[in-house]
Amino acid sequence: MVKLSFSDYQALRAHGEETYPHECCGVLLGLATTDGNHVRSTVRAGNTRIDSAHNRYNIAPEELIRIQRQARKLGLDIVGFYHSHPDCPAEWSQTDFNEAHWIGCSYIITRVDQGKAVITNSFLLTGTDEEDKKFLDEPVEIEVSGIEIKQERDQE
Amino acid sequence: MKINIPTPLRAYTGGEQTVNVPGATVGDALAALTVAYPELRQHLYTGDGKLRSFVNLYLNDDDIRYLPQKEATPVEDSDELSVIPSIAGGCRCCCR
Repeated sequence: MVKLSFSDYQALRAHGEETYPHECCGVLLGLATTDGNHVRSTVRAGNTRIDSAHNRYNIAPEELIRIQRQARKLGLDIVGFYHSHPDCPAEWSQTDFNEAHWIGCSYIITRVDQGKAVITNSFLLTGTDEEDKKFLDEPVEIEVSGIEIKQERDQE
Repeated sequence: MKINIPTPLRAYTGGEQTVNVPGATVGDALAALTVAYPELRQHLYTGDGKLRSFVNLYLNDDDIRYLPQKEATPVEDSDELSVIPSIAGGCRCCCR
């Protein structure tokens, strides 16, 4: 399970709307616990794939280093990433899978149709290495002023 | 020198976010790291000893691939080496 505040949930969806028709991307900072990744902050990142930003994203390692330093100062870890799929399903693609290397992290994907965020799903990258890694559907729990709402999985 | 370990690799450093290793060069420090934590080796290097393509190594703010001396670059105790796997992807409407 990935747990995040309603404001963070809104922020990552709004990011996808702002960058439409290009993909947005960002980092989830928080804590990994026995019951999942608890997000405490989202950090926007630039998409360096300006050659194909409508269907590709990449976060520059330099930016990841900076965000990791920021996380350490806050006592947090990188617990996941988010990106958008403009006019495409909120499901992981083969490219997403091939390029996923942060085992134990949550990968949140938002479908943005015609500039409007419609569906947000999360996938947990599990396994022990590149050979046996896999994405698992992951419930999203949204906290609203102390109230926890378990989002029903959005289906395409 | 200090080496920063990313979240997915901390399972192989006993949960440590940062580890201190001896070494006069980046290569020495990496060798010391994989001696201290042998399970890390297969996650950093391919079977023939090459750094995995998705693993980035930064000495402070510099990608070691672009340093003139690469892994032979001298380091000081105050330097930081960060291991940072790449993050990328995207949809071509060919999901799953």
